[in-house]
Amino acid sequence: MTAVLVFLGAAVGAPLRYLTDRTVQARHDSMFPWGTLTVNAVGCLILGGLTGSGLGGSALALLGTGFCGALTTYSTFSYETLRLVERRSYFYAAANVVVSVLTGLGAALIGYTTVHAVLG
Amino acid sequence: MSGDAELTEPIDPDVDLHVLAHQSELARSHGAILLVIALGGGLGALARFGMGKWLPSEPGRFPWGTFLTNVVGCLLIGVLMVLVTEVLQAHPLVRPFFGVGVLGGFTTFSTYAVETQGLLEPGTVVLAFGYLAGTLVAALLAVLAGVWLTRSFTKAPVEVTA
Repeated sequence: MTAVLVFLGAAVGAPLRYLTDRTVQARHDSMFPWGTLTVNAVGCLILGGLTGSGLGGSALALLGTGFCGALTTYSTFSYETLRLVERRSYFYAAANVVVSVLTGLGAALIGYTTVHAVLG
Repeated sequence: MSGDAELTEPIDPDVDLHVLAHQSELARSHGAILLVIALGGGLGALARFGMGKWLPSEPGRFPWGTFLTNVVGCLLIGVLMVLVTEVLQAHPLVRPFFGVGVLGGFTTFSTYAVETQGLLEPGTVVLAFGYLAGTLVAALLAVLAGVWLTRSFTKAPVEVTA
């Protein structure tokens, strides 16, 4: 049962990553991977909030492991970084690493702290 | 540094609107692309769920399950992207299914961030930064290894047949 929930959450999260990435890219003409940064930050914020709420079991499997897990990605992030290096966009590559990690961690902290404080 | 109108090989493997084929793929596939991404994402997440059962994340310990998942996924995206952009004339749904779906669903940034945050407690701060930096370094080396190995294994046959 838990596995089904993980699958269902991810079956929504993964296409939403693709559509969000397209939408973000359509709004600018930069090589910097803003789309991936966006989905990763949003996913970290939501999973931080879920963790702060103390939710477990089925809800966490569906929304956390499934949805947030598939909305966010490490493979896309690292491939982009490598491609930026290959194109000698060293500043963008370094910025992608630093900004992605700091934004993801910051978003997780904000989500966790806010929800934890609200729910007491 | 920015503003190149067109690329033949994407920066963003999920979708890169600088690549002409990526621009039109959503409309051209009549929604099939979203279905294969959903299916692949579900399967990738199931595999990650399985890794979590095998190597469960415990409070105060290094999260080996997520670490391995992310590093393996990064190795495989390197292999996949060289195959679909440099070696094969792959079907248009191959990258969406395996890259955006399976590997995107398999790897995770959110669990990585939340696990790191969970380790930011007195006594495990060093572990938190070790996990943060360790995943980053291993993942970047893995994607480099995937790309490099696939290029070196596929180069020779291409030159012979050319």
